[in-house]
Amino acid sequence: MIKIEIDGKLIEAPRGSMVIQAAQQAGVYIPHFCYHKKLSIAASCRMCLVEVEKVPKPLPACATPVADGMKVHTHSEMAVTAQRGVMEFLLINHPLDCPICDQGGECQLQDVAMGYGGGDSRYEEEKRVVSAKDIGELVSTQEMSRCIQCTRCVRFGQEIAGIMELGMAYRSENAQIMSFVNSAVTSELSGNMIDLCPVGALTSKPFRYTARSWELSRRKSVSPHDGLGATLAVHVKNNKVMRVTPVENEAINECWISDKDRFSYEGLNSAQRLTKPMIKQGGKWLEVEWQAALEYVANGLRQVANSAGADQIAALATPHSTLEELALLQKLMRGLGSNNVDFRLRQTDFSADGKQAGAPWLGMPIADLSTRDRFLVVGSFLRKDHPLLAQRIRQAVKKGAQANIVHSSGDDLLMPIANRIVIAPSQLVNTLAQILKAVATEKSASVDLADVAVSESAQSIARSLISGERSAVLLGNFAQQHPQAAQIAALAQQIAELTGAKFGYLGEATNSVGGYVAGAIPSAQGMNAAQMLATPRKAYVLLNVEPELDMHNPQQAMAAMAAADMVVALSAFKHQAMEYADVLLPIAPFTETSGTFVNTEGRVQSFKGVVKPLGDARPSWKVLRVLGNLLNVSGFDYNTSEAVRDEVLANGDIADKLNNQLTGVAIQAATGVAGLERISDVPIYSTDAVVRRAVALHKTPDAAAPCAMFHTQTMQQLGIAAGDAVKVTQGAGSVVLTAVADDRLPVATVRVAAGHAATAPLGAMFGAISVERA
Amino acid sequence: MEKITNFFKTFLLYELLKGMSVTGRYMFARKITVQYPEEKTPQSFRFRGLHAQRRYPNGEERCIACKLCEAVCPALAIKIEVAEREDGSRRTTQYDIDLTKCIFCGFCEESCPVDAIVETRVFEYHGEKGGDLYYTKPMLLAVGDKHEAQIAQDRAADAKYR
Repeated sequence: MIKIEIDGKLIEAPRGSMVIQAAQQAGVYIPHFCYHKKLSIAASCRMCLVEVEKVPKPLPACATPVADGMKVHTHSEMAVTAQRGVMEFLLINHPLDCPICDQGGECQLQDVAMGYGGGDSRYEEEKRVVSAKDIGELVSTQEMSRCIQCTRCVRFGQEIAGIMELGMAYRSENAQIMSFVNSAVTSELSGNMIDLCPVGALTSKPFRYTARSWELSRRKSVSPHDGLGATLAVHVKNNKVMRVTPVENEAINECWISDKDRFSYEGLNSAQRLTKPMIKQGGKWLEVEWQAALEYVANGLRQVANSAGADQIAALATPHSTLEELALLQKLMRGLGSNNVDFRLRQTDFSADGKQAGAPWLGMPIADLSTRDRFLVVGSFLRKDHPLLAQRIRQAVKKGAQANIVHSSGDDLLMPIANRIVIAPSQLVNTLAQILKAVATEKSASVDLADVAVSESAQSIARSLISGERSAVLLGNFAQQHPQAAQIAALAQQIAELTGAKFGYLGEATNSVGGYVAGAIPSAQGMNAAQMLATPRKAYVLLNVEPELDMHNPQQAMAAMAAADMVVALSAFKHQAMEYADVLLPIAPFTETSGTFVNTEGRVQSFKGVVKPLGDARPSWKVLRVLGNLLNVSGFDYNTSEAVRDEVLANGDIADKLNNQLTGVAIQAATGVAGLERISDVPIYSTDAVVRRAVALHKTPDAAAPCAMFHTQTMQQLGIAAGDAVKVTQGAGSVVLTAVADDRLPVATVRVAAGHAATAPLGAMFGAISVERA
Repeated sequence: MEKITNFFKTFLLYELLKGMSVTGRYMFARKITVQYPEEKTPQSFRFRGLHAQRRYPNGEERCIACKLCEAVCPALAIKIEVAEREDGSRRTTQYDIDLTKCIFCGFCEESCPVDAIVETRVFEYHGEKGGDLYYTKPMLLAVGDKHEAQIAQDRAADAKYR
């Protein structure tokens, strides 16, 4: 620690830290634009000039390391003159269009100009004009003249998002921020540039001109889109969500959020919102009152239970539901005498049920990811499925960690990868077995894998993991949705045990952990999500589920829905359920209900509704509570969602419920698939009902219509060329897609996205698939 | 001494005469009563009457929808909705002033960066039923169009003090 003096205050600062950091610790504000604590130091704006005793000229506080006995003055005459001068220069070319600027009212330049600038301008010459660049559908550069060249956006791209999409071209007065050859900014974290921009040069396109900062009330919420559960500030005006920004939370999202979290709010205001309970009578949809709709549901369910047995009722819930909703749904089903309740919609291998010691979770705190030095990520479209976890791993890799990837697609993760094995999905188990064998050989432990031949790349992954001190083995969504998920998990766990690594699951959805905690899984005699569809039930209760998009096998799901006598859809949106459902109950999305999400690290995060439910929509915990009353199920007398939560969590600590320990899973030799194998990802903007309806996100390249992707070799074998229309068939369903060449895929596979309306007629996410020229 | 003067005042009608002298003085003084509506009092160029929305000489409305007037209005009488016009400019889709709420403080005019919302010299307006005094954007623009010459003259007269 070094002792320095800032404005007469004695401060201890760590060696190597900058004056501005020391000042911030001491509570002394130094004006700045280009400095940001998460980015490298540029010292380009010169706003943070301060006087340091015994130095003849003012120094930039952000780029001056602290030295012993240093005496800094931030308000001396020299410092103030320097700051005022810099401010005047910055404002020379800055247009005075604050009244029409979306940043107005929350603008760093505005604030600093008020505090440190002069009263009026001496500049009478012409101002610089920078033309607007089109960099995509999310970030607007319409007023690039406002730019003060702090280069925060450039550094963000290079350092955080992992790809330099914006750069500063030309020199001196002509310098301007632009994307390369007018390409769009496509990073899944691009929205953070809007927050970083200290002026109004980069603004949000969907939010453009819709509200001013002082009209909005900021309300805290939790992201409902991925396992991370980022802390959000939802900005509300007139009972409408206008935009979403991050709340700094070092333990979870640092100060970033993904574009999915940021721009999905458009889905909340979608025209497809369901606002009235509806009943289908004689093939026509009628809007009815809640009382009528709920009684209809209660009678219907009671009838099915009486005539065919309660076992004929099945409930499916999206893992994006709150803990309370999941708890009430399972309690309702069990009260009716049915054990068929599940939230793991895209999972297909349930053989780990009963062998798992607790709820599968990340196995470590999220913040811990940044400090790991070896990673083995199995089966994950990491960047798209977990944008911010990928960001953490990227930072760790930057600090010297090694990332090892075993996956069925060699997608660019925008970070250096130490070892990568890309194999067909059916080879995943075998590959992990190879790694395990290699690890066991190195560690001279014994494993029962005599007939596994270890490849060179598996060997180097094993060596990489062993060489680390703080390793992590992580299973992605792809691995959890895999037909041999239990075996994959068992192997990964053994690898982790032998290498002393932490073992964890990257949670697919907001409440992937919470669903287990709430008990929304079938017990031994109940049916899991896959069984419920494979052996169709007479009645289904769907909690915010769109079976054609959310299920592992949409084909099977739709057949089951069509065959059912009664389908009750609790949904925030009007969707395809209109075709097969009998009742639609409008429920509130996360902004309109109180609830709790348990994120992938097992953090219990409760939140309150930030706006009133739209129309007649009601929070689904209330709907389920009343249904429980109508069906005479005991113990449904909750007055608040907090009461439900407290009952579920008992003492509030769920640490003892989280356990990845898996025992008694037998490893079988891989059964190869004859012909083509399907690889499917769930596109980043198709994961849940809200984000599917976010208009701006769906104009981005990440939301492009699904295509059939092949390795060039596979294409040659099939006799098709890139750009051809191909007919992709699985079971009874087929769709026509465009063929695209992608040599990062293994041969004899075709990558077809799931969770998208265009591919919904197809079957399971894995397994055999056939392709022919259309 | 005081007792003696008071005694004489009791029967010499002193107070009456004193009062009548005021009456008499005003009877012959110059009259200040204005015969409204035939006659009108002079107005300052800063008179704060009915609001108007102004246009530029080329016919383009001045308002840029910055919402500063809405923010500054102490009576919350202004309501504005904004959207991007086809040409990309920031414009109001709704600009309402509820004159029954307005306290005519003039802050809206003061806060306006483009002199779009102004208070005119017009004070003779009325409403016959509820809602008549809820002025919408077309009504405000119409007031502006009608009185633009006077408004411009008043702003020019005030310019040197701003």
